[in-house]
Amino acid sequence: MLSETDVAALGVTLKLASVTTVVLLALGTPLAWWLARSNWRGKPLIEALVALPLVLPPTVIGFYLLLLLGAGGPVGGLMERWGVGPLVFTFGGLVVGSVVYSLPFVVQPLRDAFAAVGRLPMEAAATLRAGPWDRFWSVAVPLARPGFLTASVLGFAHTVGEFGVVLMIGGSIPGETRVASVAVYDHVEGLEYGAAHGLSGVLVGASFLMLVGVYFVNRRARVVAS
Amino acid sequence: MSLEVRFPLRRGEFSLDVDLALPGAGVTAISGKSGSGKTSLLRAVAGLDFHEGGFVKLGDSVWQDGGKFVPPHRRGVGYVFQEAGLFPHLTVGGNIDYGRKRAGKGGAEDWLELLGIGGLMERKPSTLSGGERQRVAMARALAARPEILLMDEPLASLDAERKAEVLPYLAALHGELSIPVLYVSHDAGEIARLADYLVLIGEGGVLAEGALGTVMTRLDLPLAQGRDAAAILETTVAGRDREFGLAQLEFDGGSMRVPDMGIPVGAGLRVQVAARDVSLALEEARASSIQNSIHAVVDSLRETGYSEVVVSLRAGGNTLLSRITRKSARDLELASGKKIVAQVKSVAVLG
Repeated sequence: MLSETDVAALGVTLKLASVTTVVLLALGTPLAWWLARSNWRGKPLIEALVALPLVLPPTVIGFYLLLLLGAGGPVGGLMERWGVGPLVFTFGGLVVGSVVYSLPFVVQPLRDAFAAVGRLPMEAAATLRAGPWDRFWSVAVPLARPGFLTASVLGFAHTVGEFGVVLMIGGSIPGETRVASVAVYDHVEGLEYGAAHGLSGVLVGASFLMLVGVYFVNRRARVVAS
Repeated sequence: MSLEVRFPLRRGEFSLDVDLALPGAGVTAISGKSGSGKTSLLRAVAGLDFHEGGFVKLGDSVWQDGGKFVPPHRRGVGYVFQEAGLFPHLTVGGNIDYGRKRAGKGGAEDWLELLGIGGLMERKPSTLSGGERQRVAMARALAARPEILLMDEPLASLDAERKAEVLPYLAALHGELSIPVLYVSHDAGEIARLADYLVLIGEGGVLAEGALGTVMTRLDLPLAQGRDAAAILETTVAGRDREFGLAQLEFDGGSMRVPDMGIPVGAGLRVQVAARDVSLALEEARASSIQNSIHAVVDSLRETGYSEVVVSLRAGGNTLLSRITRKSARDLELASGKKIVAQVKSVAVLG
């Protein structure tokens, strides 16, 4: 039912969402930990920056990333000098865009989960000879596990659903930057409603299953904890 | 070995200045009204909070001095929090192993038995009662083989029934522990039962410190002036009267009989004598239902309220308190140095 190019588009989407989720967990965990525990006066500034992608139109994010990462932009120019070439219209560029776009969906659940851990278990661990790194891994991470699951799934799902940013900085190169959401758009533009139905159906089904999974697991975690 | 603690504790309006050299063994109770800084002091000793200009030294280990600040995980403290603070993702056994593994010293089994939690090892903390949680928290702290045990009102979050369930375990620990214990509490009953040394804090500083029996009977302190004022006697079981079911207790300054509770002859027994249960007479009554008369000397008197006085009495090396009416005190012509007979109506055996 799905054409070969549609399958390729789903593949790019899957790869993009996976890579983005991994990068976001790596960057988002220390950021969320800091947001949950810091008393720095300038913290609201950082919180606002993290939440900004929630309210901005994706095209605006895409536009600025295009300027930033393009051949003439500050980051793009720097990369060209290092011989890496500009990131726009490449898979790497999509990852950068998706990380920015999905950042709040990963950082906020992690921050809430870390805040819910509270000071007491961490202080108890400290008096039981666990150093800061040790108690982060042995106490904070296991207690924040539902938050990690929510963050991973939301980051993944939100990246699957991304459209505007991709269109601005990724274009639609089949097998490279043409993701499923863009493929659906192209099908509708070309009045190929059958193909649009097939691809859209797959996305709706997969996303729904993913979210159902999260809610079930999180409910079980809450029941066990209480 | 002793614990030296000097701090200026400051936070906003709150301030507390202490300069203490505490015993290196036994239980030191830190008491005072809520907000006096008991918990802040304990947290500062553990290194959970940093306060500029402090000094903490246990034995030969300096934990804080000038620019030196040893973080809590390198101090060798055991800490029992008011809310047990067990790790919810681990079983009881996992909680106990957490500190034991990191301390790298084996053998917590003796505490498990003493605290009565051997049968709980597979349970998750969420399935435990409040009293069980606190006992597990104590076992967990001790399993890491600390050099000092710090307890922050471990019974305060429990109802009276749970408290009564945990207190005997604490008393048993008191007898078994070779490390010093700092025990924060505002409960006079707990302190009377558990403490050896007492530090009273309030008004931004240390109001008094000393052996429990001494501080509890100082007339210039609120403890002796209150309605629950009492003296503590450390006694030895000297004999048992099987016919009447009584045990003979001896202490420095006298002896008394209490209902025999099966404690073996020769064992130590701590008893509490409430000031309101001690009446005074000039000579021993020949016929009286009161069994316990102690020959003592009046040390000092202090009026408490309009109609009553509290009298401190010396009997050997011990001090007793008596609370009588101001009129009785005048009729008996009580004054410092006067010989008197203290009649003790009832005695609470603390164990």
